[in-house]
Amino acid sequence: MELFLDIASWILMSLGGVFVFIGGLGALRMPDLYTRMHAAGITDSIAPILIIPGLMLQAGLTLASVKLLAILVFLLLTGPTASNALASAALLAGNRSEQVKSTAVPESEE
Amino acid sequence: MTVIFGFFLLTLLLITAVAIVQSQNLFVSVMLSGMFSLLLAVNFFLLDAADVALTEAAVGAGISTVLLLSALAITAKHEKAPSSSRVGALIIVIIATLVLIYATLGNPQFADPNAPVHQHVAPWYLDKTAEAIDIPNVVTAVLGSFRGYDTLGEVFVVFTAGIGVLFLLGTQPGPFAQSNPFKLTDPKGLRHYLIPRVVGRMLIPFILLFGLYVQFHGEYGPGGGFQAGALIAAAIILFALLEGENSALKVIPRSVLIGLIAGGALLYGVVGLFGIFLGSNFLDYSVLSSNPVKGQQMGLLIIEAGVGITVTGVLLSIFHAFAARGKF
Repeated sequence: MELFLDIASWILMSLGGVFVFIGGLGALRMPDLYTRMHAAGITDSIAPILIIPGLMLQAGLTLASVKLLAILVFLLLTGPTASNALASAALLAGNRSEQVKSTAVPESEE
Repeated sequence: MTVIFGFFLLTLLLITAVAIVQSQNLFVSVMLSGMFSLLLAVNFFLLDAADVALTEAAVGAGISTVLLLSALAITAKHEKAPSSSRVGALIIVIIATLVLIYATLGNPQFADPNAPVHQHVAPWYLDKTAEAIDIPNVVTAVLGSFRGYDTLGEVFVVFTAGIGVLFLLGTQPGPFAQSNPFKLTDPKGLRHYLIPRVVGRMLIPFILLFGLYVQFHGEYGPGGGFQAGALIAAAIILFALLEGENSALKVIPRSVLIGLIAGGALLYGVVGLFGIFLGSNFLDYSVLSSNPVKGQQMGLLIIEAGVGITVTGVLLSIFHAFAARGKF
């Protein structure tokens, strides 16, 4: 049982780490602001969902698990909100995506 | 493992510091300095200094970033090109760096148990805390009781800094405040932005609750007045950003803020004077109650509250002073 829990928690944490890495890679390599945010924002939500339960399996039924759960809820609330605020701030500041310009609104602008 | 993490974090710190200096865009510099503080906080945590880490995260990464951003709102966004040659400055920096590196050669090894800092008064503090004050967090005992004078000094530094900033920026809104298009906080706040507003409103009570927990749990875990003051101020600044500065001023008006700044420092000092009136020394809490240990705990709770009140008042006043300031 102990071994099984350890394996499960390590799988969860490693998967979370992989997602963080993909997010970082996307934030560096994507062509413009919105696609970068997309990469970082989505992986930032999935990574805590994987990593924190992994840590909770390590902690067992203790107060630490409750605290980790609170951190997870906090991250799940604030992460997407921050992404949303960033995207709307960028849009308000007039930052238009190259892709949006070329595909989505070609007729209305030209 | 800790050492590897430490090296990794210190390397990142160095990269961030160079990036802060290199960046011409002040906004980027402010954001990077927030990151710098966060990395520093993690580093402190690795070294088992949870109290310092909490302070650095709350004040350095949280509040100072907001205050620097509000300062940016009334200045330019880009650094001015240097007007004169900077060779002299470079030489001074190189000499200072070499002197500092030379000084580190005399330091004890990392984690050396025979280092002077572990041999001097630290063992005495560790021995006496359980006996004299009976609280688990020795840091709070040292900070509030054994070295109460130092903390009183720190509170008065915060108090004086707050008064200084208010003298420079003024406590009342300037003549341009109402018509200023570049104001940091919209008078109406973020009413049009539904998602940040809803989530922010949901989080504010929990941030306040956590602030109070950090305030009154400082005897048992990492925390205390400085950290709690920063957290409570952060919750109210979040409210100001969401609902507009005027709503925040309705909750805690400027006059109350001035009272908080002076009141917290005064509370600390009065507890000290009580020691004298009850026939002991300044800032000796043992005489506050018939049981000296209970007296110490009571004294710590009150002075931590004083610290928290002053820090909250100063941080909020500085924020409002920046927010009310018009663009020149």
